[in-house]
Amino acid sequence: MTTTEEVARISDERREYKFGFVTDIEQDFAPPGLDESTVRFISSKKNEPAWLLEWRLKAFRKWQAMTEPEWVFLPYGYPPIDYQAISYYAAPKAGPKSLDEVDPKLLETYEKLGIPLSETKTLLGIEGAAESPADARRPVAVDAVFDSVSVKTTFQKELAEAGVIFCPISEAVRDHPELVQKYLGSVVPYSDNYFATLNSAVFSDGSFVYVPKGVKCPMELSTYFRINARNTGQFERTLIIAEEGADVSYLEGCTAPMRDENQLHAAVVELVAMKDATIKYSTIQNWYPGDENGKGGIYNFVTKRGICKGDRARISWTQVETGSAITWKYPSVILQGDDSKGEFYSVALTNLRQQADTGTKMIHIGKNTTSTVVSKGISAGQGQNTYRGLIQMNKGAKNAHNYTQCDSILIGDQCGAHTFPYVDIRNQTATAEHEASTTKIAEDQLFYCTARGISEEDAVSLLVNGFCKEVFSELPMEFAVEANKLLAVSLEGSVG
Amino acid sequence: MSQTPLLKISNLHVRLEDDPAVEILRGIDLTIMPGEVHSIMGPNGSGKSTLAQVLAGKDDYEITEGSIEFNGEDLDDLGPDERANAGIFLAFQYPVEIPGVSAMQFLKAAVNAKRVFEGKDELNAGALLKHFRAKADQIYVPFEMLKRNVNEGFSGGEKKRFEIFQMAVLDSVLGILDESDSGLDIDALKIVSEGVNSMRDGHRAFLLITHYQRLLDYIVPDQVHVLVKGRIVKSGGKELAMELEENGYAPFGVNEPATV
Amino acid sequence: MTMQSTVEIEAMPEQPQWARELRESARARFDKIGYPSTADERWRFTNVDAITRIEWAADGPTSDDINLDPFQIPDLDAALAVFIDGQLRADLSDLSGLGEGVVCEPLIEALSRTGVADRLGAQSATLTDGFTALNDASFGSGLYIEVQEGFAAHRPIHVLSLATSGDTPIAAHPRNLIVAGKNARVQVIEHYNAVSDEIVNLNNAVTEVFADEDAFVEHYLLERESERGYNISTLFIRQGARSVVHSHTVLLGGAIVRNNVVPTLAGEKAHCLINGLYVAHNEQHLDNQMRVRHAAPNCESRQYYKGIMNDKSRGVFTGRIIVDKAGQGTDAIQTNRNMLLSDDARVNARPQLEIYADDVKCTHGATTGRVDDEAVFYFRSRGLSEEVARAMLIYAFAAEGFDRMQLAPVRRLLAAEMIAKLPRAEGLSIEV
Repeated sequence: MTTTEEVARISDERREYKFGFVTDIEQDFAPPGLDESTVRFISSKKNEPAWLLEWRLKAFRKWQAMTEPEWVFLPYGYPPIDYQAISYYAAPKAGPKSLDEVDPKLLETYEKLGIPLSETKTLLGIEGAAESPADARRPVAVDAVFDSVSVKTTFQKELAEAGVIFCPISEAVRDHPELVQKYLGSVVPYSDNYFATLNSAVFSDGSFVYVPKGVKCPMELSTYFRINARNTGQFERTLIIAEEGADVSYLEGCTAPMRDENQLHAAVVELVAMKDATIKYSTIQNWYPGDENGKGGIYNFVTKRGICKGDRARISWTQVETGSAITWKYPSVILQGDDSKGEFYSVALTNLRQQADTGTKMIHIGKNTTSTVVSKGISAGQGQNTYRGLIQMNKGAKNAHNYTQCDSILIGDQCGAHTFPYVDIRNQTATAEHEASTTKIAEDQLFYCTARGISEEDAVSLLVNGFCKEVFSELPMEFAVEANKLLAVSLEGSVG
Repeated sequence: MSQTPLLKISNLHVRLEDDPAVEILRGIDLTIMPGEVHSIMGPNGSGKSTLAQVLAGKDDYEITEGSIEFNGEDLDDLGPDERANAGIFLAFQYPVEIPGVSAMQFLKAAVNAKRVFEGKDELNAGALLKHFRAKADQIYVPFEMLKRNVNEGFSGGEKKRFEIFQMAVLDSVLGILDESDSGLDIDALKIVSEGVNSMRDGHRAFLLITHYQRLLDYIVPDQVHVLVKGRIVKSGGKELAMELEENGYAPFGVNEPATV
Repeated sequence: MTMQSTVEIEAMPEQPQWARELRESARARFDKIGYPSTADERWRFTNVDAITRIEWAADGPTSDDINLDPFQIPDLDAALAVFIDGQLRADLSDLSGLGEGVVCEPLIEALSRTGVADRLGAQSATLTDGFTALNDASFGSGLYIEVQEGFAAHRPIHVLSLATSGDTPIAAHPRNLIVAGKNARVQVIEHYNAVSDEIVNLNNAVTEVFADEDAFVEHYLLERESERGYNISTLFIRQGARSVVHSHTVLLGGAIVRNNVVPTLAGEKAHCLINGLYVAHNEQHLDNQMRVRHAAPNCESRQYYKGIMNDKSRGVFTGRIIVDKAGQGTDAIQTNRNMLLSDDARVNARPQLEIYADDVKCTHGATTGRVDDEAVFYFRSRGLSEEVARAMLIYAFAAEGFDRMQLAPVRRLLAAEMIAKLPRAEGLSIEV
């Protein structure tokens, strides 16, 4: 739980979105617009093999025949996206090979974001980390993605010694084509849905992780996504494969400058966990949310899915979603292996005029599969927050079990909190429990805090952090501290 | 003339049905004659409750070796209901709450199932009520309890008393009390014990399964057995329980006290 | 002949201009939206193609020789309105004994009464739904029930719709309007039944309830259609301040059944109870859609729905609690519990919350499972056979909601009918 001093310190910090700056750097752009030549341009920029270009083109043709889905629950709606007005490729001109060659402006950018691209520095440079136990300060390998390209991946050598591959996906296409070809699109097919199909056609960069059989990845892996250029979309693609008995924990963070227009972020993440493997995937999403009138901000339309392919595999999604004008995503798990486990822990906060429709899907196929869903929604300002989830238990999923808990709190009377779970059970031995509640912040708790001299705003922040504790405790230690702070900053201005 | 044992357990080995790697009971021998009271004491995880559940016929366990005879008959092929009708009663450590089924309805069904099993006519509502009232008085159970749903909303003490009451109503000949003392204060413990003592008649036998010797102050056993890691490591009279009270399970390699 | 052409407004008996306009605008609405498809979120799990493919007739030959005894509710002293294949049979009905201040007559004869024009269709026209629009356009059978301020109906009103036509598939559009004035009380039982399980029929029913301040309305829907029949029932409820409405639904029959309950708590401190049970076997498809709107401060709603699915049947539950900005102080609870008795049975549950006010206490829970193994073992350890133990536990699961019904004879009838439908166990006797 956040301490009072911590809350006080947070209040002293800048009230605005503090990652809203723009890096002035020379960039390569694809001209706005999308047709086959755009797809070919991206592919040739990356010197991709023919099979990948073909795959992209197949996706592009499919996408042209699709229509944007409308079922999402966004009370304020959003204006139509002009896909021809977006630039699908933006990259810093100087392509660095080592840290010394990285454009100092880029280093400065990531420094400002608190992400060390130097391997001698500790993670994030956040003050809170100092309070963490020593083991929390072990190095974290970082892949930094700036608009459409990866600018730097740290600790690659150390990871290679353990047999772990951690690199930009464009590099993996070049160096490990057999792995990429085998798994790309194997969890989220190119034809999966409108935004995933668009991503398949134009994806620019993203991270690739391969953990071989029996290897426990020696450090946390993380990717920091930064949208910088105006009028660009970011379409990254992440692919993580954990072979039999492997174990990996991965975290992504995202920020973008403050701009008046909306920018589209349509990423795809695929996770493959073999027998006895574990993948833990954490997200701290802090894209620019737009202003209090709903102007600007990122459309975060993301497809994330993992498959527990082998017996006793485990995939765990943890997400802290505080940014974006619109968040629309459902990190999912296909529980194919017997005794496999899927988990989803989520905190989604909507303030200002943010809208979120997020949750998860757990598809139980194997015997004795279990899933746990814990979702905490916080609505403040004029924010609209929706949990949507599917629990499906197929005929063969004998003795499968799900437990879902989704709680929402509302702060102020201009916001909305909505819960739309779907439960689909197709065999009599499967069991599912769903519990949900929506309340406002407990008056008595609030009073108790203010009676002890804590300001109302800080008290709300304290209580909200307590409300989210179950989810934060799933995050790697360093990021849990970050998440706490982020929540406090995001809630500012929501009281009084 | 040698009497037939009421219960004879020989070299009983039991594994978990779901996880056969785990052997919980590793060769148990135990003989209980009619009218006797035996106590099985043991630390947590020694297999006490498993033994109780295996005797009652729970199918989560697999008997890999050995046998259980009740009144000279092998129990192996009998389901839990047949064992109950034959006179075995398990007082559950955690009695199950059954919303929607009144205790009265439940017991009527149980009593008549036993009568059908014995080839007798079912009792009518009046006779059943009379029977219930008599047993409620004997076991100090408020008759009102029968109007509530089975165990639903019962306090810990009420649940344990209701278990003993059921045993009296069903007139079972072997009562297996699985930690019926756990979680009870002294007054509740006394009531449960007096209920049990009121049923001792020279024929009916009891197997008291407990972690603590406290219960044995109120229901005095003929024999005490110490169960550790799936085996009976020592048997003796009441004095063995006193020893355990003194030394805990430490002499048996487990660092746990046997007192509350 | 498709159903659209059964809507022959021109052929309807003489009626006030407003009623004709209501029908015409509804027909226009239906022409625009048509039958629901599974692309509509609200109908996602229920495909009505089987209904729309049938050539329905508006009426057909009916028999004079009908024995009502099997369809009576034993021991219930109630007024009775009997509709045979959608046609009122005055000779079989008895609407007497309701007492002073109570109007109970065929709706079609009540159209010119004060207030009817303002109320009929006031709720149904707000729902964009093909079946409701069809009913708005073609309603015929059904009752107008009004209990004036301060009065109470002396006995419940049993509205029995019986399908008898074996050869011609008949579609009826029963329509009831129930108005309870201030502090008035009334109990209504809507009952759908068929003389045999071979009958193919459709009842597309709409009932609108208006409960004024402090009124009490208890409504029962007993759906016991033929297993080849279809039933779409929609219950609209509009509640004034401090009114109390109880809705009980038991779905037992029908090939495809859709049960919509749509209450709006429009006055402060209104209370609404929505209680339901659906028991399906063979290939039955029973769908329930609740939509509870809290539009006024400090109201309470309680939804308790349970389902038991056997064989290849499917149950659907969608329950949405909507709290408007005006709904401060809302206290809403919704639970949906399902039990599957076979590996071919299926259930879809969607408990939903849509909340725009901050001072609320809303919870929902949904569970799906089978008979608890621990409970079965407990029963068996007391000498009951596995069969009996399971049957008792299934019964206990289902019967919980019966306790919330005020009319004991209805409770007893339902319990008996439900037991008849559940897996049988030798030696099990249940008292109700």
